[in-house]
Amino acid sequence: MHRENRMAYWRANLRLVAICLGIWFVCSYGFGVLFVEQLNRVRIGGFQLGFWFAQQGSIYIFVALIFFYAWRMNRIDRKYDVHED
Amino acid sequence: MSLQVLTYLVVGLSFALYIGIAIWSRARNTGDFYIAGKGVSPVANGMATAADWMSAASFISMAGLIAFLGYDGSVYLMGWTGGYVLLALLLAPYLRKFGKFTVPEFIAERYYSRTARIVAVICLIFISFTYVAGQMRGVGIVFSRFLEVDVTVGLIIGMGVVFIYAVLGGMKGITYTQVAQYCVLIFAYTVPAVFIAIQITGNPIPQLAFGSDIAGNGTALLDKLDDIVTSLGFNQYTTGTKSRIDVFCITLALMVGTAGLPHVIVRFFTVPKVRDARVSAGYALLFIAILYTTAPAVGSMARYNLVNTIQPGPVGTIDGNLAYAERPDWFRTWQQTGLVRFEDQNGDGRIQYYNDSNTAFADEAASYGWQGNELTVDRDIMVLANPEIAGLPNWVIALVAAGGIAAALSTAAGLLLVISAAVSHDLIKGIFAPNISERQELAAGRIAAAFAIMIAGYLGFDPPGWVAQVVAFAFGLAAASLFPVILLGIFFKRVNKQGAIAGMLTGLLFTYGYIEYFKGLFLKWAGAPWGENVAEHWLFGISPEGIGVIGMLLNFVVAITVSHLTAPPPERIQHMVEQIRVPRHLEDHHL
Repeated sequence: MHRENRMAYWRANLRLVAICLGIWFVCSYGFGVLFVEQLNRVRIGGFQLGFWFAQQGSIYIFVALIFFYAWRMNRIDRKYDVHED
Repeated sequence: MSLQVLTYLVVGLSFALYIGIAIWSRARNTGDFYIAGKGVSPVANGMATAADWMSAASFISMAGLIAFLGYDGSVYLMGWTGGYVLLALLLAPYLRKFGKFTVPEFIAERYYSRTARIVAVICLIFISFTYVAGQMRGVGIVFSRFLEVDVTVGLIIGMGVVFIYAVLGGMKGITYTQVAQYCVLIFAYTVPAVFIAIQITGNPIPQLAFGSDIAGNGTALLDKLDDIVTSLGFNQYTTGTKSRIDVFCITLALMVGTAGLPHVIVRFFTVPKVRDARVSAGYALLFIAILYTTAPAVGSMARYNLVNTIQPGPVGTIDGNLAYAERPDWFRTWQQTGLVRFEDQNGDGRIQYYNDSNTAFADEAASYGWQGNELTVDRDIMVLANPEIAGLPNWVIALVAAGGIAAALSTAAGLLLVISAAVSHDLIKGIFAPNISERQELAAGRIAAAFAIMIAGYLGFDPPGWVAQVVAFAFGLAAASLFPVILLGIFFKRVNKQGAIAGMLTGLLFTYGYIEYFKGLFLKWAGAPWGENVAEHWLFGISPEGIGVIGMLLNFVVAITVSHLTAPPPERIQHMVEQIRVPRHLEDHHL
């Protein structure tokens, strides 16, 4: 387990975290708060889209994000050979 | 069977279930009582975490708050779910690798300092007390309604039940009890939601009914709701009145606070592996999301039903308003608790419910002969009253009571145990009297729990806001005090003990001071709040609920600055940080 390998593992982790948190931010703060009025002009069924993101969509995306992160991270663990057992 | 008898029966049965499971699972693994999470699948652990997490605030208060806030209620929905993303990505796997039992323990080791541990315990106590205070009001409301007593009496009964529950102890450690509590809670929440969704829209799935048309009418529920609430002078349901910066800050404070709450973090110390910690957070959020995506649907439908009940005819016509003498049963029973109030301002014997603080609507209201809003509905009763308003059968109402009690008790007991562990394990055993016996440690913990209930009960009598708002203050405190130093402890090796201590104290004192100044929390006896809680007086227009974000930023800035001005942490600490960053245990010569 070399230092360089460990550093590369940590960088890969940070990159994945940054991507996930980017999506996290855009879907909640972006769609649900900052650009809510613009998105509200779009309608899906009885919902205004911005309102839907704020009260429904962001939550679905959060759930999916955690499972995605866990799945990707397990692969990165193996790739850099730092996984448990 | 009368509603009261049925309620006793359902609540009694649910308690019998919890106790039965506690005894069954205890008998099966006495040996590994303390490592409750071991051998438990991530799915069961996620369910238990969800039960622990969803409190009276989520169950009883949140949908009611959303019903009256509309879009502004989104802060609670996003805030109390998005934090799990932070938890799963930034904290849980590393804290699991670290492998200790309490949050102050992590801070003590990472910052090699007993002072840091004491400061962490102080932060934890502030957070947990504020949180429990919110729960106690929720417990009081449930008991007051279903025993048909005043809310104060309900609160005292609630305190007694929580005390017995927490002192029975151990229960908290048994994951399967919480799995059962989750099932009761989610069943109790979704059943009435499905019924009401069918009644209003014909679509049985609340998440879809929320965006459907009203049955027998081509208008979407949300459009109709916007229509009828604006015709009574209220703000549109689907747009907010809070400023954008405030919505942003409250949401962020709640999210970060979620990731900094000690009783949530602790859940991830006990899963078997690092990779379980990651996926366990995902399952927890999945189970939480079932309630959190139902809640806004419940909120909108509750508001719709309430307005339709009070205002059955067109606005402004003489018989458009409900006659007081014809008020429905739920109205009468909730009046007994003092949480629904009616005052006939214009003496016409009818109930007028409208927004009398809207000056633009004042002339119109006056032209109808209305002389002020006559109905006050406590927001915290909406979820409990909702099945009654919709005329659902009694067993559904009884079920909701059982669910509300399960939610409040599991969280209140969990928090009390965190407080007592902080006092007995971190403070007394960890610092002041390392030599006390295990029995003495346990006794100290019980005394701390008893004190905690009394203080929480006192706070619950005169809370500074609705249940969900009080709870939001706890999250602000957690965001401002514990989260930054835990995060820095993992991601920035350079941060040292001086930085951590200064950061925690700055974040805590600033945030606590701001909340006390505008809302009054623990110092009401001394005259708090001192400031008028209006947007013009707020710092950058941020309300006390959202101020934790500024506290958090201050904490980060102070911790990093002070750390760079003082000596770096010793080498062994830097090795420890390297170690927690990888899932597999590394030998020292590899570091």
